[in-house]
Amino acid sequence: MTRHEEPSAGVLESRNTEGRVIALWRWGLLLALILLWELGARLGWLDEFFFSSPSAIFHTAVVKWRSGEMWRDILYTGSSTLLGFVLGTVIGSALGLAFWFSRRTALIAEPWLVVLNALPKLALAPVLVILFGIGFSSKVMLAFLMTVVVAAISAWSGVKAVDPALTTLMISLGARRRQIFSHLVTPSAMPWIISGLRVNIALAMAGSIVGEFIASDRGLGRMIVYAGTTFDLKLVWVGVVVLSIVSVLMYLGVVALEKLLSRRWSDGQPAARS
Amino acid sequence: MPDLSYLRVQAVTRAFDSGGSTVTAIRDVSFDVKRGTFLSILGPSGCGKSTLFNLIAGLLTPTAGDITISGQSVVNRPGQVGYMLQKDLLLPWRTIMDNITLAQRLKGVSRAQARAMAQPLIRRCGLQGFEEYRPSQLSGGMRQRAALLRTLLTGQEVLLLDEPFGALDAITRLQLQLLLTDVWQEMSKTILFVTHDVDEALLLSDEILLLSARPGRVLHRFTVDMPRPRTPAMLAEPAVAAQKAALMDLLWKEVSSHDET
Repeated sequence: MTRHEEPSAGVLESRNTEGRVIALWRWGLLLALILLWELGARLGWLDEFFFSSPSAIFHTAVVKWRSGEMWRDILYTGSSTLLGFVLGTVIGSALGLAFWFSRRTALIAEPWLVVLNALPKLALAPVLVILFGIGFSSKVMLAFLMTVVVAAISAWSGVKAVDPALTTLMISLGARRRQIFSHLVTPSAMPWIISGLRVNIALAMAGSIVGEFIASDRGLGRMIVYAGTTFDLKLVWVGVVVLSIVSVLMYLGVVALEKLLSRRWSDGQPAARS
Repeated sequence: MPDLSYLRVQAVTRAFDSGGSTVTAIRDVSFDVKRGTFLSILGPSGCGKSTLFNLIAGLLTPTAGDITISGQSVVNRPGQVGYMLQKDLLLPWRTIMDNITLAQRLKGVSRAQARAMAQPLIRRCGLQGFEEYRPSQLSGGMRQRAALLRTLLTGQEVLLLDEPFGALDAITRLQLQLLLTDVWQEMSKTILFVTHDVDEALLLSDEILLLSARPGRVLHRFTVDMPRPRTPAMLAEPAVAAQKAALMDLLWKEVSSHDET
């Protein structure tokens, strides 16, 4: 539906039908892609050894699921991702916020944060696996390292953006330093912290998976590596698809969390309590 | 108690370093304010009005001189006066209710108690029904009402208002001027009011302090002899009009002499 078909609708009116059309196109395109993939494999346009086919992937997935290994691997990768994400976000944000108390410390630390952020932390994966073992903790550690610097930088950016006039106001109201931190600096930096969450959940998952690539006896990443070394490319595709689904679910979870937090901390939304 | 000079500004000078050279914002400013007075401060832009307020609010330290309220020095002691600016400076994530009770909450008053204390004034300031709104949902006039309410609820007797209605349209400004004079009389506050609007100063004040161009000094002190309650129509009365002309003349001379040098 184009704008020409509804000339009465003002540009400021919300268009509900538009949303439905967009949703239809989005799902339609996904469906078309799957169908084309299947058709391509059946008709021999695609080499089934490399690209497999949706039906074969689905079949392999069902078999794998029934063995119970799949669920175990999903839980393993998912929990190390989430744990690293939560630890990295909480500790990183706390660090970034704490810089408010000492501008000097913050200025000394700032170039370190920039360098640490630029450092390819995934390249450290082998070291971490040796340090923390092939078990769960090395995966959490990688996910943590991937997220902690981004979280610290986000929070520190938020701290730097606090309106100095508001700080002055708080002082004129007789607020103590600790009160300015809790009543002004932290809530003021919340939108910055929240905006870092989406990036961080994806980074955390990348950390967990690479950890599993290096050395692991469980997890979806390990399943993919194992399937690859045994030339079971169908299973690789299963791993990729399942990882994508887990990743999308986590992303949606973060978006929901974001909405919840934004409603509390932003200015545009109606108050949560009203 | 020396009630005659409730707020005393004694020989206050404040200089700022600006890239090697020293700029004196105000020089040797002295004046007393009686309890319950509405004093406006007029002056050309850059006369150090805001510096003076920041000094009284304890946000800046005077280079020389002292400032006392009831005989107690307020130098470097923030939180002794209510301070309101042209920008409403409401915290965007807090509701109107949580914004106006901020000063009480910072003092450790419980949320319920702070709310109960605010209730009568909310009605008085025309904010009833908006308590749970966020600042962004209100008009500029309503936000400034909330800022005024927050200043009143600090519980301080001295209020510093720095061009609080400068950004408002004429009608909203008139409403808020009326509200301010009403609550000032009811609550017997001592108000220092910075403005660059001569009419506003005449309409609201008991006294007007005229400051010179930088470095700011006290040029003149007027008493406004209009009975209260006042209306804008009174500004046209001959005595008031003459006073306004005299004020404007002094301001004019100050601005033009400063430009010549």
